[in-house]
Amino acid sequence: MSTAERFSFLGCLQLLEVTPHEARDARELVTELERVPLESIFCHTAAALLHRPVLPEAYPNDFALWADTATGDRRLAERLAAVDAFPSGAMQSVREELVTTVQDHLRHLPGPLPPAHGEPFRFLQVHLVPVPTGLEAGNLKEFRDALAEVDVSALFYHVIEARYRHPDGRSDFVEWIDHGLGQRELADRLAHIDPYIGSLERLRDRHLSALARALEERGD
Amino acid sequence: MPTGSWVKLDDYREVAPRGSMDFLLRIGERLRGRRFLHVSLSRYGGSLVEVLNRVVPILNDLGVETSWEILIGSADFDVINRAVTRGLAGIEQVITEPMIERLRATCADNAKRLALEADLVMVHDAGPLLLVESRRPQGRWAWHHHHDLSSPQPQLWNVLRAFAQQYDAAVFSLAKFAAPLSIPRFLVHPSIDPLSERNREMMRLEQTAQLDRLHVPRDKPILLQVGPFERLHDPLGVVNAYRLVKKHHDVRLVLAGPPPAPGGDVLAEVQEAASHDADLSVVVLPPDPQVELNALERAATIAIQKPLKADFGIDVSAAMWKGKPVIGSTAGGIAFQMVAGVTGYTVETVEGAAFRIRHLLSNPELIGRMGAAAREHVRRNFLVTRHLGDYLALLAHLTG
Repeated sequence: MSTAERFSFLGCLQLLEVTPHEARDARELVTELERVPLESIFCHTAAALLHRPVLPEAYPNDFALWADTATGDRRLAERLAAVDAFPSGAMQSVREELVTTVQDHLRHLPGPLPPAHGEPFRFLQVHLVPVPTGLEAGNLKEFRDALAEVDVSALFYHVIEARYRHPDGRSDFVEWIDHGLGQRELADRLAHIDPYIGSLERLRDRHLSALARALEERGD
Repeated sequence: MPTGSWVKLDDYREVAPRGSMDFLLRIGERLRGRRFLHVSLSRYGGSLVEVLNRVVPILNDLGVETSWEILIGSADFDVINRAVTRGLAGIEQVITEPMIERLRATCADNAKRLALEADLVMVHDAGPLLLVESRRPQGRWAWHHHHDLSSPQPQLWNVLRAFAQQYDAAVFSLAKFAAPLSIPRFLVHPSIDPLSERNREMMRLEQTAQLDRLHVPRDKPILLQVGPFERLHDPLGVVNAYRLVKKHHDVRLVLAGPPPAPGGDVLAEVQEAASHDADLSVVVLPPDPQVELNALERAATIAIQKPLKADFGIDVSAAMWKGKPVIGSTAGGIAFQMVAGVTGYTVETVEGAAFRIRHLLSNPELIGRMGAAAREHVRRNFLVTRHLGDYLALLAHLTG
């Protein structure tokens, strides 16, 4: 996207595909984590926001949730929850961190691996089809108005998926507001919104709050 | 708000997540002119039919040329189809080679009659599966199996798998329902139509009239389980859970289901239990009981879905859409539709169900909060508008 242009909001269709990979316990999980396509790691970490409801446990990825609910291993769940799904543009490093975390957990188990009592972890992968929403913005006010009404998948595409497209791991919103509108301070504020906030709607609300504040400061 | 077959995409704006209707229109523009054909066994009854009844006209409104054909078979074909469906669900059947040949011949006959040219041909369930032998060179074919295919009868599946693998893709309702196949396997979760007779808004007067007709008083909190009077749906377990609750709370239990198929049902036992308890209502539903279920679900305080084995169990979403917390078992897709502790509770035993029901009845503010969360959860995940998006994603992905 050229930053001098109007901002065009793209939403995305998602299609979930079942892979042949399954894990019944932590040992199998580490084996499969090394084998599955990177799209599957993406699906269960960053893209979990697209297909999973807000959960009371607030685990940020599907692996941590499974470790807790299906294996009852809260310690592993907590450690997997701490794996950062958003290092700039590098899903391979997310895979490596997940593998290292489970391996280290297995090495330090005080006893035998507890038997899993729940469903196996079934690895999926997600196919994204970006589609223009028809909403555009040429200034901050138009941007705020469009963001308030756009399909929530646009938040995923421009804030989460964009981090893997941009070499510096920034969102499309941050790029455009910084380079297109020249508002560095607001761009920095948006860049600091935690994508682990829980849901795409909450992510939208945080962005809208920051935009409202910026518009208020400008007297708009 | 209009209901019935004249419903248009715009009518969903009031109920679907914000922005999603405009987004669907944009996707439709992108896929305008593509041809999407559905083939199923029937146009009457069942959640698949409800979804296709809505999805097909709306896809046409969006610009995707969508049609829906049905397979015509003789009475013996229907008997074989039912046996094959049960066999694929893992219930041991006697399926002979002549029976498979009958399926094959019926599909071949229908293939001569049907216009099977489309960019994407989606064949629903087992009956029309063998149509794929007559596929034309153009277009992509997907087999959408709506039931649990995780443990089919091996001899039967060994025969049918070869046909399934002639498709370009298979579609399942849940990852755990997907059988191993050499073709790509995608997920499309079932959905409810918020504007259908089953789920539309209903005035209190109409609701009262329906409940009077079904002889269900509204004098105390209602616990409701909707489902067939079969052992696998565990109505007797629900009666036992109700009895544990009844020691502490003055409630009514309503068990509502279709007339049982001959043999193996537990309706008589449930009716026997009800004959000694004025607060236990057994409702044998009339054919196509959409309005009746709408009234019952709206009248319920808590919905229960406690089968021992189930398919996706979209009845759960239907109750959640009406703002009811659900006490559900972990069978099939029930737990998948719920957020445990937020929209209801998942339980594994009669005692667990009773404990959770008591907890909710003792904390009525929780009933309201969970019910509201349940409706919101269904709005985002299990409305037919999401289903449309999934089908469009599949069309875009498979046809380029």
